Amino acid sequence: MSDLLELPASRLISKIRAQEVSAEEYISKCYERIEKVEKRIHAFITLTEKMALEKAREVDAKIRSNRSVGSLAGIAVAVKDNICTLGVRTTCASKMLESFTPPYDATVVERLKSQDAVIIGKTNMDEFAMGSSTEHSRFGPTRNPYDLSRVPGGSSGGSAAAVASLEATLALGSDTGGSVRCPASFCNLVGLKPTYGLVSRYGLIAYANSLEQISPITKCVADAALLTDVIAGHDNRDSTSIDAGRSSLSRHLVENVAGMRIGVPQEFFGRGTDRDVSKVVWKAITKLEELGASHTEIKLECLDYALASYYIIATSEASSNLARYDGLRYGFRLEDDGYDWSTAFSRNRRSGFGAEVKRRIMLGTFALSAGYYDEYYLKAQRVRTLIRQELEKAFKSFELLAAPTMPILPFRLKEKLRDPLEMYMCDVDTVVANLAGIPAISVPCGSSRGLPVGIQFMAPVFREDLLIRAAYTLEQNLVQTSLKLKI
Amino acid sequence: MQEVADLKVRIGLEVHCQLTSLKSKLFCGCSADYRQSEPNTHICPVCMGLPGTLPVVNRRAVEDAVLAALALNMEVSSRTLFYRKNYFYPDMPKNFQISQYDRAGGIPIAKNGYIKLDGGKIVRITRLQLEEDPGKLSYEGTIETSRVALVDYNRAGVALIEIVTEPDMNSPREARVFLQKLRSILEHLGISSGELEGSMRCDANISIESGTRVEIKNISSFKEAERALNFEITRQRNLLRKGMRIGRETRHWDETRRITISLRVKEEEEDYRYFPEPDLVPIVITSEQIENRKSAMPELPDRHKERLMAQYGIPLQNAEVLTENKALAEFFEECARKYNRPDLLSNWLVGDLLSYLYEMGLELRETKITPENVISMLKLIDCGTISGKIAKDVLKEMLLTGKSAEEIVEEKSMKRIADEEYLKQLTEKIFASNPGAVRDALRMEKAVRFLVGQLMKETCGKADPQLANIVIKERLKRLRDEESR
Repeated sequence: MSDLLELPASRLISKIRAQEVSAEEYISKCYERIEKVEKRIHAFITLTEKMALEKAREVDAKIRSNRSVGSLAGIAVAVKDNICTLGVRTTCASKMLESFTPPYDATVVERLKSQDAVIIGKTNMDEFAMGSSTEHSRFGPTRNPYDLSRVPGGSSGGSAAAVASLEATLALGSDTGGSVRCPASFCNLVGLKPTYGLVSRYGLIAYANSLEQISPITKCVADAALLTDVIAGHDNRDSTSIDAGRSSLSRHLVENVAGMRIGVPQEFFGRGTDRDVSKVVWKAITKLEELGASHTEIKLECLDYALASYYIIATSEASSNLARYDGLRYGFRLEDDGYDWSTAFSRNRRSGFGAEVKRRIMLGTFALSAGYYDEYYLKAQRVRTLIRQELEKAFKSFELLAAPTMPILPFRLKEKLRDPLEMYMCDVDTVVANLAGIPAISVPCGSSRGLPVGIQFMAPVFREDLLIRAAYTLEQNLVQTSLKLKI
Repeated sequence: MQEVADLKVRIGLEVHCQLTSLKSKLFCGCSADYRQSEPNTHICPVCMGLPGTLPVVNRRAVEDAVLAALALNMEVSSRTLFYRKNYFYPDMPKNFQISQYDRAGGIPIAKNGYIKLDGGKIVRITRLQLEEDPGKLSYEGTIETSRVALVDYNRAGVALIEIVTEPDMNSPREARVFLQKLRSILEHLGISSGELEGSMRCDANISIESGTRVEIKNISSFKEAERALNFEITRQRNLLRKGMRIGRETRHWDETRRITISLRVKEEEEDYRYFPEPDLVPIVITSEQIENRKSAMPELPDRHKERLMAQYGIPLQNAEVLTENKALAEFFEECARKYNRPDLLSNWLVGDLLSYLYEMGLELRETKITPENVISMLKLIDCGTISGKIAKDVLKEMLLTGKSAEEIVEEKSMKRIADEEYLKQLTEKIFASNPGAVRDALRMEKAVRFLVGQLMKETCGKADPQLANIVIKERLKRLRDEESR
């Protein structure tokens, strides 16, 4: 029965619909699995077993009485704990929001529920999505199911670990500078960051509004397409969500890359890129070439400035977004009798935020300050515009750009905690897509030293179809790796 | 000494007007009609800035702001941006305010306009922008002595337009006239009704003879603006007389104590770390939308004033006072439709009615008086049933009760006494008890007036004064005839 948990969502749904297995049975299996492995993995902050089983029974009842069910009928979805869930606490892995229970569902959660998905719990993450390892969590780190001494990547590490360790079938994360693609790559999964504006951000607790998108983390490309189809679409509660008439991504699950031109920017294989990672990624590109695509190495010089401009913009926005956490209206609050409001705010913030969050708030506050604004924030925005323009130009000659998702293999816990800059360097290949607002996908493409490697594809805005086609073709034609779960 | 008093004063204003005709707040669906509601009942996850929520611009607010900009002769931007103004304060749920910005790439809704005051003075308007109102703090007693501060977020997120002027006003009086004109314009547009408590507030900056600029914050009404500016001018002049320098600073107007208090000096000026609001997209205002607004432009105070003069033949000064207060002007026009002496009517409204309102501290809307009431009062005067003096009391009563003039006159027996026999009887009594005055009256006009006065007194002022005069004179004539016989 445990192989039930290994099935992709699409297969599971047909089984549940055909009443070969009940949703309740399957969801119970998920919790049995969680019971068994969670102590070692620590993918979840909050489990919602009672609600999940209720929902599963509701789906089963619908099916038994021949009523129509949604496209995710009965499927276990793990949701990152920065996505608001009505009546279920949403902590952002922060002491600050440890006791915060949203009075509303994020738009994506509404969409999941309306398609009969079963939310099984809220997953661990770096506090306020600030990090690339899921070590910066109030609740302790999550571990990589392929090597428990290593990190699962971040910041959506809990979501990735939950899917990789077969606790959940699908997961939602959020990708601000690679926070979905990084853990997908480190946990041998598919992570799709959609075009900025494709998915509503309403209910996603903001880290850096202009960069982030809620994004699926799944076992396979087909599931990524399925989940994206459910969560995408215009939402009038989010002014930055775009009303783009789209066709279903699942229709683009075809093995066909004939004539596809792939640009490979050299900058993505630059200094700091692990030679093994580089080798595995190149092998995948060669594979696509065998299947009819072509590749060209190109230079995109503005990419050298991407990481710096990303961290300036992200921290600037964060410094403002996180100002609201002062303890006055919700969340963490120290005894404040006798203090004036300003002192009380400082005390709450000093005690409620972790070190990395404080570091980024201070960086952002500095970048926006009078006298530095032009030098930092405005300059970073100009770089962003240049990157966007340079990519647009590149996409006139290529359908896709390819790169490693991560420059390195999954690293050990605490390995990069001493030097924040070393941690920031991990995002060097992923931030580009967020800065440009373009869609990007990370797909498993092999392994090295027993650890997974992911390849990243980027496409022009709203061309998720190209990503799906290339990723699916690669997935179907790569020899299965010998990676083994260590749980 | 003389010199200091003569130094030229320059005043600029930053006026915040709530768009009170909007049904909902600027970025969420909460009702903006929060007055008289229990604290913290007009709130939702969005205006409380709960984690994960996003603002959505109220398009009607943009339309209203564009209309105001056009009425203030401004250049409307074709594309406008919202910015975040970051500062910590307990009345702001997000600890930043969504506002607009005129520097570093910011574009407010409109720029470069002016208002022409009655009398021709031009006050230039620098910019007009949209922003959200913060919540409201209340203290037990004063801000300095209160042990706690209570926050009411009902107002948080209500749409405001901020109108910033050049320092073109030269006296507190002129500042007040400007504010009244601005209020009247916004009321004529039907987008902001300044009579609602706290719906128009302003900050002022003031400098004496191009000296250092001092800002005054927390001015809640026009009356307060004039007071605060007068105080500040006196304060600054006193400093100058003592040969002291005026430092650049921001001061707080304390309404209770009627003084300004220093909030912060220039060196510690706040850095608001403005940057574009990433949750909102730029708002495009097409020339077609602007034309639509232009063609929907209602009659503005200047035009209204001219029309009142032409249509009703009322004097300029009355027309000015009437149009300063749109509700009063409308009241006038309603009365004038049913009453054929508009000049007289306008005198009553801009004279007695306004001064009563001022005395009682009420807006016309808050009283019970109707146009029919006023007309009935005027008709009673016209047919001699009541005197002008009595009418004043009737008017006051009508404001409080909304009763008709007839009813009031009846109830309070205010009718003039036109009963000649009755007056004659009283006269006999007066003549009997004032023999000296009667003797004098046979020779002196002044003493006659004394007797008439006595008669009026006996009737509590209700005697028809003309008739009283006749009765007294006739009685005196009879006495003369008798004596000469």
